[in-house]
Amino acid sequence: MSRQRFSALALIRRGLSGHRGWQPQWRKASPQPAYDAVIVGGGGHGLGAAYYLAKEHNLGRIAVLEKGWIGGGNTGRNTTIIRSNYLFAESAALYDHAVKMWEDLSQVLNYNVMFSPRGVMMLAHTVHDVQVSKRHIHANRCNGVDNEWLEPEQAKAFCPPLNISDNIRYPVLGAALQRRGGTARHDAVAWGYARAADALGVDIIENCEVTGIRKDARGAVEALETTRGLIGARKVGVSAAGSTSVVMKLADVRLPLESYPLQALVSEPVKPIFPCVVMSNTIHAYISQSDKGELVIGAGTDAYTSYTQRGALHINTHTLDAICELFPQFRRLRMLRNWGGIVDVTPDRSPIIAKTPVPGLYVNCGWGTGGFKATPGSAHLFAWTIARDEPHPINGPFTIERFRDGYLIDEAAAAAVAH
Amino acid sequence: MLLIGCPYCGERPEIEFSYGGQAHIARPARPAELDDAAWTEFLYMRDNTKGVHAERWRHSHGCGRFFNALRDTATDRILATYETGKPRPDLGAAREPAP
Repeated sequence: MSRQRFSALALIRRGLSGHRGWQPQWRKASPQPAYDAVIVGGGGHGLGAAYYLAKEHNLGRIAVLEKGWIGGGNTGRNTTIIRSNYLFAESAALYDHAVKMWEDLSQVLNYNVMFSPRGVMMLAHTVHDVQVSKRHIHANRCNGVDNEWLEPEQAKAFCPPLNISDNIRYPVLGAALQRRGGTARHDAVAWGYARAADALGVDIIENCEVTGIRKDARGAVEALETTRGLIGARKVGVSAAGSTSVVMKLADVRLPLESYPLQALVSEPVKPIFPCVVMSNTIHAYISQSDKGELVIGAGTDAYTSYTQRGALHINTHTLDAICELFPQFRRLRMLRNWGGIVDVTPDRSPIIAKTPVPGLYVNCGWGTGGFKATPGSAHLFAWTIARDEPHPINGPFTIERFRDGYLIDEAAAAAVAH
Repeated sequence: MLLIGCPYCGERPEIEFSYGGQAHIARPARPAELDDAAWTEFLYMRDNTKGVHAERWRHSHGCGRFFNALRDTATDRILATYETGKPRPDLGAAREPAP
C-alpha cells in the first residue's frame, strides 16, 4: 500500500493548506485467521522485529499483537538514553550494532526519530570508580567502541552545569565520555516502526491480549488464543518486556527473569541548559534534557518485583538528592510528573534473544533497565533469529541456556547497573 | 511506599526493610548430586508471578530478622506476613484478588 512520504516539500505543501490531508500513519487492522509470523508485544522492539521480518526476510503474512496501545509500555516510559559502552565483547557488539543502526534510522524509516548523539558522560566519584571507568574505556576501545577519559575540568567544559567542587559528599573525580551516545524521541521510534511495518503489509492489532499458546502434536507452536479470537501462527516471537514471564508461562517455558518497577520523572520545561546525557552509577541518577525543555531524570528500580507500573516516592526522592548534589542550580526546579514501567531483569543483566525449547516460539526479553538504546539492533537480530530459526552471530551468546552452561555475560558485576 | 507488617515488630514503612526475592526456595540438601538443569532452576529460574507472590523480606533497620510475605504483584497489596520456616498460608478463595 502507498504511504505519504515525509519530506520538507511535503511539510511545506501541507502547511500551506492548513495541514489538512495527512493520512493515518497506519491501518487499524483486525486479526486474520492465520499468519506466518506473529510478534507478541507492540513496543519498539516488537514493531521493529515485524518491520525487519517484512523488509529483510520477506516472511509473508505478519502481525503484531499488543494488549494495550502500541508504544504504551516501556517504549513510552524510558529516559531515551542511547549508548554502547558496555564492558564485555558480546555486549559491546550487541549494543554497538544498535547504535550504528540509530545513526540512519530516521532516513531508513522516513520518520524523524530525533536521534541526537549529544554524548553520554558517566561520572566517577571514587578511586574505584576511576579504575573501573578506565577499564571500561580500554575494553570499549579494544571492541571498536568510542569512549574517552575526561578530567573533572574537562567534564565541566563538556557539561557546564556540573558541580565539580570537592566539598560534596562524592566529588566528581572524572568521567568517561561516549560521544556517539545520546538520546532519541521514544514515541517516534514506535510510531516510525509501526508506520514502516504497516506500509509493508504488517497487521498491527491493538487491544489484543494473548491468553493462550496452542501447540500441535509435535509440540510446536500452532496458534494463539487472544481476547480477539484464535489466531493461527507458524512462528511466534514474544517481545513483551515486563510481562514476558506471564506470556511464556502460557507455553510452559520458564525464564530467569524478575519484573521490577523502574521509575522516571521530568521537570517543568526550561530553556536549553543541559547539552548532553550525564549518568552516575555510584550516586545513582541519570539526566538529560528533552527537546521540549524538560529535564528527564531516572535512576534504579524499586526494591521488589511488581507488575503495577508504579513505584514508591522515596526512590524518586533519593534520585533527586543525587541530581541536586551534582547540579545545585536545579534545586528550585519543580518536577512535572513521574511514572513507572515494568522491566524484566535477568541475573546477569544481559538480555535474551533466542530460540526456546518450544519449536516456532522465540523470545526477546531481559533488557532490564536499558532496553530502549538497543531497539533497532534488538529488533533486527530478533527478526533474523525468527526468520532463519537460528541466532545471528551477534545474538548467538544471548541464549537462555547460558545460565545452564555457565556462560553468563555478567554486565551486572561489571557495574553497568544504571542505564 | 509499602507498609509492611513485620511479624516481630508490627507495621513499619518499606524503607526499614530490604527485599529478599522469592520465598520457599530450599538450598539443595545434596548439592553434589544436582545436575546442570537442577542448578539452573535453583540459582536462576524464578516464578515471577503476576498475582499472589510469596517473598522474603528482612527488617534490616529494625529487628534484623528475615520473614516471608504474600503480596499481590498486580496491586502491591500485602496479604499476609509470616515467620520464616512456616508454610505458605492458605488465604482461601475469598482473599484471592480479582484478576
